[in-house]
Amino acid sequence: MTRFRVAIHIVPRRGLLDPQGKAVSDALHSLGFAAVGDVRVGRHLVLDTDAESAEAARASVQRMCEQLLANPVTEDFHIAAVESA
Amino acid sequence: MKVGIIRFPGSNCDEDAYHAVVDHLGAEAVYCWHKDHDLQGADLVILPGGFSYGDYLRPGAIARFSPIMQEVVAHAQRGAPVLAICNGFQIACEAGLLPGALLRNAHLRFVCEQVHLRVESIATRFTSRYHVGQVIRIPVAHGDGRYTADGDTLERLEGEGHVVFRYVDAGGHVTHEANPNASMRNIAGIVNGAGNVLGMMPHPERAVDTLIGSADGLPLLHSLADSLLAEVGA
Repeated sequence: MTRFRVAIHIVPRRGLLDPQGKAVSDALHSLGFAAVGDVRVGRHLVLDTDAESAEAARASVQRMCEQLLANPVTEDFHIAAVESA
Repeated sequence: MKVGIIRFPGSNCDEDAYHAVVDHLGAEAVYCWHKDHDLQGADLVILPGGFSYGDYLRPGAIARFSPIMQEVVAHAQRGAPVLAICNGFQIACEAGLLPGALLRNAHLRFVCEQVHLRVESIATRFTSRYHVGQVIRIPVAHGDGRYTADGDTLERLEGEGHVVFRYVDAGGHVTHEANPNASMRNIAGIVNGAGNVLGMMPHPERAVDTLIGSADGLPLLHSLADSLLAEVGA
């Protein structure tokens, strides 16, 4: 078994109103960053898990996201990185 | 009639629920600690408002894993009634007892005020003492109350009469201004397909005495008592 460090991005699903993202976008515009378009505010998780391989760690985290870490009704997730811890 | 009020770390409307049930409805109530597996013979379970587990991850996401929730889900699957209020509604959605999810209020502010609700269905064990279209005053107090579901789920809820309460103005009209959190279709409360689990963001247990603003929540408790009495009588 190897210990892996897995990074996960979870963001509100596109198409659903994200008022935090809208507030951040408006604030960036008022700072002069006029080029900014859509902003979505989500969560970033970093977790350590033991697995036989990076693929197995990724598959395990995929299930964690589906069952708990992301809400399947309102959020999308992306496993951004799987590295040896 | 015995009412089991679930207590999670962070529940804060448990005593309001107890007061409403015991002092105003005149029924027996017991507290059920989240670590226990015992509903103590409760006929009705109330999932009260609050901030269970500090709303960590998402409101209701962690409470769903409390030992007592296995019993609450089994209770619901037997067809017995569950009244899920505010954080309880969020927990019920996370636990899969009700469809959809409650997201951050669109204006990002905590809302704490009396709102008007329109009773959309009285064909439930929770609302038989109201009349269809009745406008009632019940307080809300939440930061994450924006009811959200996919299009198919919304159509099913509407088509099957499972939208029970909607945010309206004093005249009973569904308006943008009357919607305190931008819930889809102004939805304030829904029942599940079997009709035994009601989730609502407003607090009927805080509207049981005209002295503090409204007693419009009492008929909900009486409706539940009627339905339980009818079961015993059958």
